[in-house]
Amino acid sequence: MDFAFMQEAFLRLISGVPLTLNLAFTSIAFGAIFAMLLALMRMSNLKVFDWPAQAYVFVFRGTPLLVQIFLIYYGLGQFRPTLDALGLWGFFREPYWCAVLALTMNTAAYGSEIIRGGLQSVPHHQVEAARACGMSGFLLFRRITFPIAVRQALPAYGSEVILMVKATSLASVITMMEVTGLAAKMISQTFRAIEVFIVAGAIYLVLNFLITRIIMAIEWWLSPHLRRPPAIEPRLEAAHV
Amino acid sequence: MQQLSYFELIGFGPNGWGWALLTAAGMTIAVATCGFLAGSVVGTFVAWGKIGGNTPVRWLADGYTTVLRGIPDLLVIYLFYFGGSAALGAIGSLFGAEGFIGVPAFITGAMAIGIISGAYQAEVFRGAYQVVSRGELEAARSVGMHRWLMFRRIIAPQVLRYAIPGLGNTWQLVLKESALISVTGLVELLRQSQVAAGSTRRPFDFYITAAILYLLITWVSTYLFQRAETHSMRGMRRAS
Repeated sequence: MDFAFMQEAFLRLISGVPLTLNLAFTSIAFGAIFAMLLALMRMSNLKVFDWPAQAYVFVFRGTPLLVQIFLIYYGLGQFRPTLDALGLWGFFREPYWCAVLALTMNTAAYGSEIIRGGLQSVPHHQVEAARACGMSGFLLFRRITFPIAVRQALPAYGSEVILMVKATSLASVITMMEVTGLAAKMISQTFRAIEVFIVAGAIYLVLNFLITRIIMAIEWWLSPHLRRPPAIEPRLEAAHV
Repeated sequence: MQQLSYFELIGFGPNGWGWALLTAAGMTIAVATCGFLAGSVVGTFVAWGKIGGNTPVRWLADGYTTVLRGIPDLLVIYLFYFGGSAALGAIGSLFGAEGFIGVPAFITGAMAIGIISGAYQAEVFRGAYQVVSRGELEAARSVGMHRWLMFRRIIAPQVLRYAIPGLGNTWQLVLKESALISVTGLVELLRQSQVAAGSTRRPFDFYITAAILYLLITWVSTYLFQRAETHSMRGMRRAS
């Protein structure tokens, strides 16, 4: 094992971390909004909304992400004149935006099922109690349903975040030089797959470890009712001493 | 040159890519199946290590599943693709062979998928094992079954029964992972679509066809796994 080489590899690969995180968090942020919308469509009990959302989830969960990326980045090039006319070509020409779009649409499909599970797990008596207090509509959603659903869905959404960080590696196939892209380039230049692999793998493991810790901290912060109440120290009053 | 219509393009006529795409879809299923089965073997041993191993073995098994589930699959595939050739080259040079020896892409792909899905399947098997009732294991031991016989007659059938839903999920993952094998040049569905898209300059048509074929495969396999689940649960009483 050549430690000088591994150090060099580390310095080169670490420069891809900002792009990896950028891709992951941009698409998770957009994807979460989209996922919320899809989940509400699925739960609307209206077929006009439910069916398209169901079809969307089926298609995006049933096809490989790499196919989706190729379809957007290379496939849409076939309609270049149309996209040019619409003024969208500037967007679809950039591999960055294509990767973000594909990742966003993909995570929205998975995320919507997680959010739907969370929304459905909200106990009915909580909603009834809120209604009894006179809440309804958006107020009920904002104060009762949404916070409880978020708390329920957070662990599963956490694993989705990890999956997204891993999925950003696919952007390297369309020339994005994030950690995996840099690693592949370095392997093909030096033919030292094992060392580069160890360094790149370690970077991803550290990233994912940190993300799980952050999510666990948010979970802890959101569930004070599950924690043991702080011990109240018996106060001795002067009269009883 | 006159533009071919979409159906001429993906059809089975003289200019059609239909057979090529279907063969490639077969290759996707083949590499995914081989990888999945390899993963089952790996997963069984790792689950065994997690359940019954001593501390270092358990530590190793936990490390394996954590690492393989924490790093991108594409990285593992690159390791097998480049690392496999390098290792084979080193072995080859011991025997006097010169130069670069490529590992067949199918074997690299199946091995990479096996190693990755093994980590997921280990967790599935471990979860399923914990549902098997302790009493049955004690009963098996009390009638004098030794370990292998107990595994074959009591543990394996029941673990498999409880593991089917989890294995179904893993299979879907494996199927989608198999698309990543295209980076090594194995002519599976995505690679074939790339080739066709390149030579006809109709990328959208071919990638959308690939997506439809992938959907078809996932849809059929979901159905088959559901059938397997109901079949395996036919003797169980359900609460409801």
